[in-house]
Amino acid sequence: MITKSLMPSLGRAGFIFLAVLAVVGIAVPTSNLFTSTDSFMHVPDYAVTLGGKYLCYALLALSVDLVWGYCGILSLGHGAFFALGGYAMGMYMMRQIGARGVYGNAELPDFMVFLNWKVLPWYWHGFEYFPFAVLMIVLAPGILAFVFGWFAFRSRVTGVYLSIITQAMTYALLLAFFRNDMGFGGNNGLTDFKDILGFSVQAAGTRATLFMLSALALALCFIVARAIVNSKFGKIIIGIRDAESRTRFLGYRVEHYKLFIFVISAIMAGVAGALYVPQVGIINPSEFAPSNSIEAVIWTAFGGRGTLWGAALGAIVINAVKSYLTGALPNAWLFVLGGLAVVVTIYMPKGLAGFFAGWSRLPTKSKLPSSLAEAAE
Amino acid sequence: MGVFRYLLAVICLWLSVSTSLAQDVSMLVDGLAIGSFKEREAAITALVSSGSPAVVPVLQALSDGALFVRKSDHKVFIATASGDIFKLADPLNNVDAGQAAKADVEKIKVNNSLREMISNAMSGLTLFSKDVKVRKDAALAVLKSGDASALPALEKAIPAESDPAVADIMRVAAAAATLKSNRSDEAKKAAIDTLSKQTNRDTSSLLTSYAAGVSDPLKSEALAAAQKIETALSTWTAVQNIWFGLSLASVLLLAAIGLAITFGVMGVINMAHGEMVMLGAYTTYVVEQLFQTYFPSAANYALVASIPSAFIVSGLMGIAIERSVIRFLYGRPLETLLATWGVSLILQQAVRSIFGPTNKSVTTPSWMSGSIDFSNGLSFTLNRIAILIFALAIFAGLMLLIRRTSLGLQMRAVTQNRPMANAMGIRSSRVDALTFGLGSGVAGLAGVALSQIDNVSPNLGQSYIIDSFLVVVFGGVGNLWGTLAGALTLGIANKFLEPFAGAVLAKIFILVAVILFIQKKPRGLFALKGRWVDA
Repeated sequence: MITKSLMPSLGRAGFIFLAVLAVVGIAVPTSNLFTSTDSFMHVPDYAVTLGGKYLCYALLALSVDLVWGYCGILSLGHGAFFALGGYAMGMYMMRQIGARGVYGNAELPDFMVFLNWKVLPWYWHGFEYFPFAVLMIVLAPGILAFVFGWFAFRSRVTGVYLSIITQAMTYALLLAFFRNDMGFGGNNGLTDFKDILGFSVQAAGTRATLFMLSALALALCFIVARAIVNSKFGKIIIGIRDAESRTRFLGYRVEHYKLFIFVISAIMAGVAGALYVPQVGIINPSEFAPSNSIEAVIWTAFGGRGTLWGAALGAIVINAVKSYLTGALPNAWLFVLGGLAVVVTIYMPKGLAGFFAGWSRLPTKSKLPSSLAEAAE
Repeated sequence: MGVFRYLLAVICLWLSVSTSLAQDVSMLVDGLAIGSFKEREAAITALVSSGSPAVVPVLQALSDGALFVRKSDHKVFIATASGDIFKLADPLNNVDAGQAAKADVEKIKVNNSLREMISNAMSGLTLFSKDVKVRKDAALAVLKSGDASALPALEKAIPAESDPAVADIMRVAAAAATLKSNRSDEAKKAAIDTLSKQTNRDTSSLLTSYAAGVSDPLKSEALAAAQKIETALSTWTAVQNIWFGLSLASVLLLAAIGLAITFGVMGVINMAHGEMVMLGAYTTYVVEQLFQTYFPSAANYALVASIPSAFIVSGLMGIAIERSVIRFLYGRPLETLLATWGVSLILQQAVRSIFGPTNKSVTTPSWMSGSIDFSNGLSFTLNRIAILIFALAIFAGLMLLIRRTSLGLQMRAVTQNRPMANAMGIRSSRVDALTFGLGSGVAGLAGVALSQIDNVSPNLGQSYIIDSFLVVVFGGVGNLWGTLAGALTLGIANKFLEPFAGAVLAKIFILVAVILFIQKKPRGLFALKGRWVDA
């Protein structure tokens, strides 16, 4: 019944995507936990963690696709929202360590004791409660996106200018989080986590659960994003992508639409970051590096923007290749990634999704009248 | 007339000191052997006040315990032991003076307070050394210790000093020593006056600490002088900050100006711009290696040869990128951004594979190393000055090229109205390639300059790319003057913020300020006027 009502908004490809996600999300943890290690059905622990990481990346790519593929906002700073969500989760897990840290201080995380701090900074209060941390995972990226977007869209900063200032934003945050005085662990970031909600982060059961949660988050965000882009609101968003001025002249408050989609997307990126941190066990300022954000854009472009599922697929495929290559041929990886960026933009504007599905919602620029093509940028 | 007479008197005094030196000093040296530590102290003071550089080895030997007295005639020698026999040498001129049995000589004993006195006195005596540098160091040592016992030696040394710079230091040192001596208040007032003319942090703290230990009127005088120095210093700090700012601005200008052409004139976001800078720096490195191998004699001028080489290497690479990638993406700036980012990764990894991941060092040619120093602590390093001039020269050259040459005319025509330019017979695709090559070549030139102040590594370009974009966007796209203004503003603002906020926070402030600025003026400081439907 529910599937039937969702079908039209999901599309055939979207439905297949969700089905595969559901199978993987159930099969992988089950096989990891309930088959013996020598069974050919068994998924080893490291693969579960790795897969969970890919799913988080997929969610990040999905969030990038929502703003870029449907609204034409090329954000080169989505890594910042991802990292902020990650830091919020990291702070919760840091507080869970309690007196089990190296210095055995129940109140202060190790790095603060090391820096000779005496009291917990005010912005760390509340993070001992999981619901508060969850709230911050949503609020921290959401508020940053709201403030940034409110300024940027209201003053009609568009196109490459917006890309450059989003990049400057994540770069500024990178520099800020490197500072020890900020109280987020400086260069080393937050690590050495012990448990989450009382379950050890090292335990196979926790890892399998996190994998399942990542798949669930990806699926839910996909459904939400699909619902948004298929609504009337979504049509306007696409209108803004293709002809911003025309949409404005038709009477729509373009900046409000952009702001809404930007904040939603940032929150999704934050959730991805929050699920990522317990699985990799560390969050440090390098997550803010501008190149990370651009990489996420490349995943989206490779997978096929304007499809959502394509972006997620692109993230998973590229990261799987990355994991393999950085191990097998460390020097080749940057050549491959760089080459992909060039080839995809020139020869595969529709990405993998276009290759698979043979159709795409994204019109190619050459088919638009030239005046429109210019306006679209 | 009065001055002349005074000079004459000083010269006569000096001459009389030098001629009578020999016999007087040797008598004084013999005096070292007599009596208790207290009398020895007096003898050392007498020796020192002779002001003769010849006593330096004597005092050194005394301090080291190598000075012995012969029991038979109470003459003093520097002795070196070889078994039971001591070789004697005249302490003043080191002439061999025969041998003596161990029992015939006696070591002249010193204690720690004497040793300290000797070391202070020695710094006073080296004031008369023949070596300018030794004299200068000695004067600086006195200035630092402010030792009043060096005062007589200093007062003798000042009129004899031939180097005016060293004489100045000596005068200040004498003033510092006067404050600690038991001279009259008038002399001290004069000393404070002398010191107040020295604009540096040391003198100011010297005066402040002196003021803490005395009572009025000297106290208030010293404090007023310290205040005066502080005021002057803050002016100099501002000048220094402006200089640092200009220096940073010249680096920003170099890094951004090539981008101003590719981005500003062509509307192409070239994320591989930083890698063009990096290629320029590596070209500098390669040219230097070639020179060192094949023309070692001209290695000092390798940097000059690397300027055209870097322009050509980066320029050709730019043309290659334009022809192979960017040409397919005109009118799609966001895709261009991604594709050129890919190119930048490939170039980085290629350079890393060829040259290795470690930093390469490019030597600064001798004609560019060193600095211009001022006594008040200001210092302008020559390589920074050279980079500033180089940046301005490139800026002027580009300005000329765009305004005065036919290529410049065609570039402007294509920028303003591509279809119309085509209709007038301009081959816009050729102009595109050349413009991109020019922008990349200029980035290569920036690499030559940056190789002098930064590490030549595959990541060199990465550290400049965001700054370059900000400069171009801040200044206003399509306008070289805007780029200049943007570089100057950001550079100087950064260096003025740094003392208050620290380097990292200053940078963050600048980034946030630029982000906010772009909200206010989305098309930069100097926006091109035109009829745009949309951004």
